[in-house]
Amino acid sequence: MTTLPDHTEKKLGLAIDLDTCVGCQACVISCKEWNTGHYGAPLSDTDPYGADPSGTFLNRVHSYESQPETGPAQLTHFPKSCLHCEDAPCVTVCPTGASYKRTEDGIVLVNEDDCMGCGLCAWACPYGARELDALAGVMKKCTLCVDRIYNDNIPEQDRIPSCVRTCPANARHFGDFADPNSNVSRLKAERGGIALMPEQGTKPVNTYLPPRAKSAPTGALTPVAEEPKGFLAWLDRALEAL
Amino acid sequence: MPDLDTSPPVSDEIRKTTCYMCACRCGIDVHLTKGQVSYIEGNRDHPVNRGVLCAKGSSGIMQHLSPARLRAPLKRTGPRGSGEFEEITWDEAYNLATKWLAPLREKAPEKLAFFTGRDQSQSFTSLWAQAFGTPNYAAHGGFCSVNMAAAGIYTMGGAFWEFGQPDWERTKLLMIFGVAEDHDSNPIKMGLGQMKARGAKVIGVNPVRSGYNAIADQWIGITPGTDGLFILSLIHELLKAGKIDLTYLARYTNAAQLVNVNDGPDYGLFLRDADGKAQILDRATGKPVPFDTPAVTPDLAGHMRRAGSTYKPAFQLLAEAYLDPKYAPEAVAERCGIDASTIRATAAELARVAFDEEITLDIPWTDWKGERHEKMTGRPVAFHAMRGISAHSNGFQTARALHILQILLGSVEVPGGFRFKPPYPKAPEKHPRPHAGVTPGAPLDGPHLGYPLAPEDLLLDANGTPKRIDKAFSWEAPLSAHGLMHMVISNAHAGDPYKIDTLFLYMANMAWNSSMNTSRVIEMLTDRDDSGDYVIPHIIYSDAYSSEMVAYADLILPDTTYLERHDCISLLDRPICEADAAADSIRWPVVEPDRDVKGFQSALCDLGARLGLPGFVNEDGSQKYADYADYMVNHERRPGIGPLAGWRGEDGESEGRGAPNPTQIEKYIENGGFWHSEIPEEARFMKPWNAAYQDWAVKIGLFDAPAPYLFNIWSEPLRRFQRAAEGFGRTQPPDHLRARLKMAMSPLPHWYEPFEETATDTAEYPLHALTQRPMHMYHSWGSQNAWLRQITNTNRLYIPAAEYAKYGFAEGDDLALVTSPHGQITARVAPMAALNPHTVWTWNAIGKKPGAWALAPDAPEAKKGFLLNHLINELLPPKGDGRRWANSDPVTGQAAWFDLRVKIEKAPKGTAQTPSWPAQASPVGRGPETLAYGQSFKSDPST
Repeated sequence: MTTLPDHTEKKLGLAIDLDTCVGCQACVISCKEWNTGHYGAPLSDTDPYGADPSGTFLNRVHSYESQPETGPAQLTHFPKSCLHCEDAPCVTVCPTGASYKRTEDGIVLVNEDDCMGCGLCAWACPYGARELDALAGVMKKCTLCVDRIYNDNIPEQDRIPSCVRTCPANARHFGDFADPNSNVSRLKAERGGIALMPEQGTKPVNTYLPPRAKSAPTGALTPVAEEPKGFLAWLDRALEAL
Repeated sequence: MPDLDTSPPVSDEIRKTTCYMCACRCGIDVHLTKGQVSYIEGNRDHPVNRGVLCAKGSSGIMQHLSPARLRAPLKRTGPRGSGEFEEITWDEAYNLATKWLAPLREKAPEKLAFFTGRDQSQSFTSLWAQAFGTPNYAAHGGFCSVNMAAAGIYTMGGAFWEFGQPDWERTKLLMIFGVAEDHDSNPIKMGLGQMKARGAKVIGVNPVRSGYNAIADQWIGITPGTDGLFILSLIHELLKAGKIDLTYLARYTNAAQLVNVNDGPDYGLFLRDADGKAQILDRATGKPVPFDTPAVTPDLAGHMRRAGSTYKPAFQLLAEAYLDPKYAPEAVAERCGIDASTIRATAAELARVAFDEEITLDIPWTDWKGERHEKMTGRPVAFHAMRGISAHSNGFQTARALHILQILLGSVEVPGGFRFKPPYPKAPEKHPRPHAGVTPGAPLDGPHLGYPLAPEDLLLDANGTPKRIDKAFSWEAPLSAHGLMHMVISNAHAGDPYKIDTLFLYMANMAWNSSMNTSRVIEMLTDRDDSGDYVIPHIIYSDAYSSEMVAYADLILPDTTYLERHDCISLLDRPICEADAAADSIRWPVVEPDRDVKGFQSALCDLGARLGLPGFVNEDGSQKYADYADYMVNHERRPGIGPLAGWRGEDGESEGRGAPNPTQIEKYIENGGFWHSEIPEEARFMKPWNAAYQDWAVKIGLFDAPAPYLFNIWSEPLRRFQRAAEGFGRTQPPDHLRARLKMAMSPLPHWYEPFEETATDTAEYPLHALTQRPMHMYHSWGSQNAWLRQITNTNRLYIPAAEYAKYGFAEGDDLALVTSPHGQITARVAPMAALNPHTVWTWNAIGKKPGAWALAPDAPEAKKGFLLNHLINELLPPKGDGRRWANSDPVTGQAAWFDLRVKIEKAPKGTAQTPSWPAQASPVGRGPETLAYGQSFKSDPST
């Protein structure tokens, strides 16, 4: 069993805007390309050109169709990665201490040197946000690009997770939820950010900004005349008024 | 807690070039580690993507390292389609190509048909084809979106596509029609995100609610092929309520120009003076004056008689046409699948935002007549549309109807509306006319493609026979401005209008997902004549990857990946300009190829020299351009105007115009791979009529003299063709086409039922069938990409939830027979609720031929993926008149992919996959069994 810190100085995480996400998968692939070359073991792929290609991804986008009470059916794109929970069950279940939550910023990480690939953490995570790498035999998960966000070798404005930097629709926001004035805290407050599956008691740090209510205009225009001749008379008057 | 290095080195070096995973042309920062590509991210300084990058761009590593990459020139050894090749040297390849091509050039250049796919080097490839002398050249626009391009050019001198953009910063309401993932993919996503953040509204009109339509504030699930009718009904409502911008119409369009309204040969033509200038009525005097007379208020309401004819301003003809009750919301609602109340409310909302939320910019400007304006008035309603409306046989007139709607609202080239990107706007008259004048051993008499203005501009011989193999610019498709690539194989096989010898294709998968009627096209490519020779004698193909088309060619010229090549995204072609700036860019080899491959354009430089083509050899006969990079720097289209506009002149200080600069490419590389020059503030809007813009365009070299023009609500060129169909004029269409041309070439847009629908028993085939590309694979070659194919490697046919229930489909029991008038396929289905109830759809180009793309023959793409292409024919169902009627738009010839009608039924248990194919041999072997990309460049490989 591994213990969680009582308190973290920061609560770094993502605000994901479900109103704006078009489901383009940019975040999924940008995450893969950054992380396969950086923190820990590569994100491997088995049978990549064969009948059953399967690889490790730290972020995946799902799509759900729903039928609101009024109006047409809707499609919502739902990106999902580790939510860096305050009460992360994946950490407390870890038998070796490999899974841990950082006290300075709340990021949940796996120390791959100590991971034996038992998979308990993936079972414990209610979100399915961890994937055991088939080749390396270690557990992989979102690191919030911990090797980018503090990296002095990267220009300051790019010290954000790869998925956030690449998102074309600007549907992903990174920041500190412990700071009520941060960009993400403000977005969460303004847009009514929701925790995923709060009943699980995991207290996720990441928040989802729900789709705004859809609306269709109502009303109709008033004709200037009923007859085509009347339209010409209107035209003449309108031109005179210009 | 472990000691973690949070500041590790990122890479050894960053090289900045241009993405090529689709036509978006984003700037990319390519990170290299230990000589390998280790990370690709968006270039923050780049005008197109400003740092963002889509899934395709981010997966470029896997594209660059694809096992499907061709490795050396290939000569076919087995029968066509087998995939059996031997590797040869470039010398052998050029010798073989020259052996086939040189005699053609000497005797019959038209026997070479040279067509290119999704490359963006048309200004170069067309130069080569022109020098060869064949009339049979085009790129892929005919099966892509020529309706959009042509309708835009003829109506307002520019189109949607990448030639213009909504004013993302200022628009308050965006209405998108038939936009799935398409040009411009990242800018649209960025723009939608920007609009959402500002609280601006988006209305999505699309039979399928996915992607952009999923996040639209309002979704209108229109029935396919009826967008034109819906748009004309919106116009009806706006006109009826007087919610139109009369000032804009009078000043910036031909609404005031006097049209002859007497039946007969002059009907629909403008009243012109002795100088040929169209006339308008001066509202102050009631007298006709030339349209460009300064300080005249044009009258839209009057009329006049002269020499026994009545003339009315074009606007009145427009109003009469669209005030007709046949366009009332109630009259079109059922056909469009949209409630009349929704149509009325949409028109009201467009009017409210356009006129009640008018915006003004305090930017003084001077118009083309010299009149000074203190501000720019904006109507913050923008529109965008793409293939969903254009890939129908009524697509040209539908796109034109949409432009008329924009123009009536006064929302083109104004703040908050739709804005052109240089080199647009450009009037149709300023484009070339098409050419097909062949002289053996000499260049063609002019550029292949252009914009005909009258029947005399068609490419017909003295007997009226089309001069081109694709019959572009014939009466079958008079305004086929992009050619008809989708007809080339079919016509070449039929020998209609004549036989060809060599089919030369670049980067177009015509043996698979880029052709209609794929199964039959494969037969045409492999068909032999009585003597056992192939009916199409020689096929040369250039591709970077082992695509399906490779297997059907006799000689393969292997291209590079996009990270290994030079390219120019040129102002002569389809540049990366923005509404506020001119811009162009390059690709350069950020990594060198590790195979015996060559950029196709460089290969054309070599081949052009071996054939002795003018422009490709020096006076002494030696090769003029060593490679494409040499051409990019040193070619001059006009004196001082070359492929790249940045850093011209011997000192490299000039923009647009200037002598070739030997260090130009280095300058581009230093600047991140692109050149960007802002349009002066007073020139940024009202471009067609803005004197400052016109002067800037001349300075930068877009034109040689200012070329202001008016938008064409009434299209006189279209009327000239319609007039011919009525029997007037010297150049006459064949009788069997008269009725169709009279209908299709209407000078005002109108709506007609798509041809396939008319020719089909819609009770038997009750469903419309559509495709779209997934965002992560749009315009790219995703199936060979190890990362992207994990997201999508099979497709399903999405069918309305009610149909799913009706046929008793269930999970695991979901195989359907999908039948069109042309064929039958098997497809797995899935229910979808956010879908027009008469429509089914699937992801396009997921299905692959077994053995292609270096995939295992039992890959899901081959075993479960499917193409709708087998159900679509390049010809309409026979009408019993013995003629071949193309399944195309009658104006432009655009392939009518989305006119398809089908029926579905549950497949009996044990039904085999249809169609199915034996695996083709892979000339490049197979990919590895596992990947752990990044292992080799990690600083400590043990961690």
